[in-house]
Amino acid sequence: MRKRFQLKGGFSAADLLRQNAVPILFLFMCILGVIVSGQNIRYIAQELVSRLARNWFLVLSLIIPVTAGLGLNFAIVLGAMAGQVGLIVATHYKIPGLLGLSVAVVLSVPIAVLLGISVGHVLNLARGREMITSMMLGFFANGLYLLVFLFMVGTVIPVDNPEIMLDSGVGLRGTIELKYCKYALDNLLKVRLFGVNIPVATFGVVIALCLGIRWLYKTKLGQELRAVGQDMAVASVAGINVDRTRITAMVMSTVLASIGQIIFLQNMGVINTFNSHEQIGTVAIASILVGGASVTSATVGHGLAGTLLFQLLFIVSPSAGQRLMGNAQVGEFFRVFIGYGIIAVALLIHSWERKVSLESASRQSALKGQAKATGNM
Amino acid sequence: MGERVLEIRNVSKCYGDNPVLSQVSLSLNRGEIHALVGENGAGKSTLMNILFGMPVIHETGGFTGEIWVNGNKAEFKSPREAMEAGIGMVHQEFMLLPGFSVAENVKLNREPTRPNLISKAAGPKLESLDSGKMGLDTRQALDRIEMDVDEWLPLVGMPVGHRQFIEIAREIDKTDLSLLVLDEPTAVLTETEASSLLAILKKLAESGVSALFISHRLDEVFEIADTITVLRDGEVVCTVPKKEARVETIAEMMVGRKLGSLRTGGSGRIHGNEHVLEVKNLSVDMPGEHVDNVSFSVRRGEIFGIGGLAGHGKLGIANGLMGLHRSSGTVVCDGEEIPLNDPKAALEAGLVLLSEDRRGVGLLLDESIENNIAMPGIVGRNRFVKRLGPLPISIEDRKSIRQHACEMISLLDIKCTGPGQAVRRLSGGNQQKVCVAKAITMEPKVLLVSEPTRGIDVGAKERVLNVIRKLNEEEGITVVMTSSELAELRSMCDRIAIMYNGKIQGILSPDASDAEFGFCMAGGGGMASD
Repeated sequence: MRKRFQLKGGFSAADLLRQNAVPILFLFMCILGVIVSGQNIRYIAQELVSRLARNWFLVLSLIIPVTAGLGLNFAIVLGAMAGQVGLIVATHYKIPGLLGLSVAVVLSVPIAVLLGISVGHVLNLARGREMITSMMLGFFANGLYLLVFLFMVGTVIPVDNPEIMLDSGVGLRGTIELKYCKYALDNLLKVRLFGVNIPVATFGVVIALCLGIRWLYKTKLGQELRAVGQDMAVASVAGINVDRTRITAMVMSTVLASIGQIIFLQNMGVINTFNSHEQIGTVAIASILVGGASVTSATVGHGLAGTLLFQLLFIVSPSAGQRLMGNAQVGEFFRVFIGYGIIAVALLIHSWERKVSLESASRQSALKGQAKATGNM
Repeated sequence: MGERVLEIRNVSKCYGDNPVLSQVSLSLNRGEIHALVGENGAGKSTLMNILFGMPVIHETGGFTGEIWVNGNKAEFKSPREAMEAGIGMVHQEFMLLPGFSVAENVKLNREPTRPNLISKAAGPKLESLDSGKMGLDTRQALDRIEMDVDEWLPLVGMPVGHRQFIEIAREIDKTDLSLLVLDEPTAVLTETEASSLLAILKKLAESGVSALFISHRLDEVFEIADTITVLRDGEVVCTVPKKEARVETIAEMMVGRKLGSLRTGGSGRIHGNEHVLEVKNLSVDMPGEHVDNVSFSVRRGEIFGIGGLAGHGKLGIANGLMGLHRSSGTVVCDGEEIPLNDPKAALEAGLVLLSEDRRGVGLLLDESIENNIAMPGIVGRNRFVKRLGPLPISIEDRKSIRQHACEMISLLDIKCTGPGQAVRRLSGGNQQKVCVAKAITMEPKVLLVSEPTRGIDVGAKERVLNVIRKLNEEEGITVVMTSSELAELRSMCDRIAIMYNGKIQGILSPDASDAEFGFCMAGGGGMASD
């Protein structure tokens, strides 16, 4: 018996639209925003370029856990904290420029690895509830972070550096200026194109990461990550160590997030010691979702496009709000609404799909069980 | 032949105090196809789990006895070790990843790789996949089973039959495969797919791969097996070469005689010859359970049994009558013809189904007992609702719902903390009782009961059956009971129809001999004694 199996039809325009409904919607909103805001295109372009350089790496750090079935990793907040620890130390020792950044990376990676391993272990215990667990872990870690940097610095950890510490001598300042390594990466190689400054080195790092992720999925490990992401039971029967693979995914994501946060902050030039890390989780997740990713699938393309659209909306919405409603705040509210709204919708769709697939799975297994049970009369 | 591939010696296994296998021995030669048949719960799955080193065995205290594979004593701690020893398993629930291509599935975790610069530093996990070789190997495996599907197509959207073949391709791609274990591989296949699968198994056997074939379809077993082992209640009843075996004797041995009390005083309840349900030329298109032009009638007050091996259509009848699967024919209930393919009409005519798919169709698991019981009454019979003043809106009447639930709980002896408890928390037997309560709430004329004791522990089985008996005797409800457990049918029914190949092979009295039942189930003779 010879069998033929044919793929039905090709890609139709309607399919393409449906599959990319979210990015297309955002593209229209962005275009509308750009027109309404009436801002100078060059200004928008400059803002956009520097925001992309700042955010892309962080957003891309979300991809690996999604493909490994861990969902959107709210725990990149922990990676961001690790990155900040590295930067704060580098700043404390006044290490300048690229060397300072390198020291920060070298210091933060081991911390991020440890954090990633612990988060991975916790998430292995909390299967099926990874996202809420990773979010709560972020809050929990924030508490520890505050404890260390508000209380232990200057008491348990002997530090004496009035530049970064509160006048009382205990705890860090709320904002720490990164005097020594501000723009260290951005200024490494800058090209001016159509009047827009482009930080080529930073984009180079991002491109390297994109290629690295693409390459990862052509390796054995990448294949295991994808297999675990699709079905843990099948992967485990095939002999893949599921728990270990999931932990690996979390470690990679956390490490990338710590580097991403360092890139982010060298561009900002200042650390909001107790806040900088907190927002990045939701902003990065909203970005990748805007790009068309979901809880179960995310690609480099989703991350790149989503960040572009989301940041563009950031740039134009205040002045669009000002022009339309006479109030810049309205645009700001709208943007926040979109940011959180998109996450909520993604989670909702995910839980709905999950429910549907669970139901159909149980129905199928019931049918099969029925065939089996009756069989052996 | 002659070379021993597998030898199982005196394997016993208990789950807690419950022995599921005792002193099971079995052996396979190279190139032999050995069929393992047995009733539900006979211990076949447990034996497979032991053979395959499934963790569940070790988590429950291991087993006693010895397993020898290719002349070496085997103690598999994980499926992986079993695979490495040359045992391949075709799982009943497909162990395939829908998002992967055929080749990726076939090669899962056995991908050929090439080292690269980074992997030399960071370890073999980062070696690049050799997709060329993946495709080539897969192509070869697919060719061996004569499957023409493109190896790079994703699995999503492929028909179920293809998936089964891809599972087999994956197993034979393993280089040193010497034994292939197939757990009911044809259960989800169409007839042509099943026969090509059997042909492939034969070819593989000729090339030296032995197969342990678990199936409930005796015709298939007789088509391909060299040897047949019958397992019953965890013991090997017999092992016979196919040449010496007869279908009827095998069927009889599978069923055995585990009879409880026969039904007594049955005839007293049948009120004359008045037929409450008449079915003429019913055909039902239920996947895996086709019913083909079946006619029968059920007398008022009777318990009418439908039995037979799986896949022969016994489940199709009740599902067809209720309109759950496409069907044709004439059904008359209490003198009125019921339109087919219309569940609501069937319900209104007084047919109520206690589904075999208890968790899927029968119950809302996260709802309370009282809501589950009242639901069909509210929807189908307009009970438990009250008008909201003069408004044309009805709301549920919590008080009467609670009262009704309490009555049912005491009538059926449902063990629970109260009517508000979620059904999910109940045991299987008590869940089934809730289903019964739901059915009673519908005030059925004819109660269709499908597999009422499936997945319920032994003690609870008897109680559920007693409840059905009680409904029949005290409430006068006519019952059509479908079950795969013959003993159960015989202890309950007044007459038992045995299905074979979608048709009623015979209608037997419950005290007919095992041989007669076995004969009918295997498709022998028409002994309609209606």
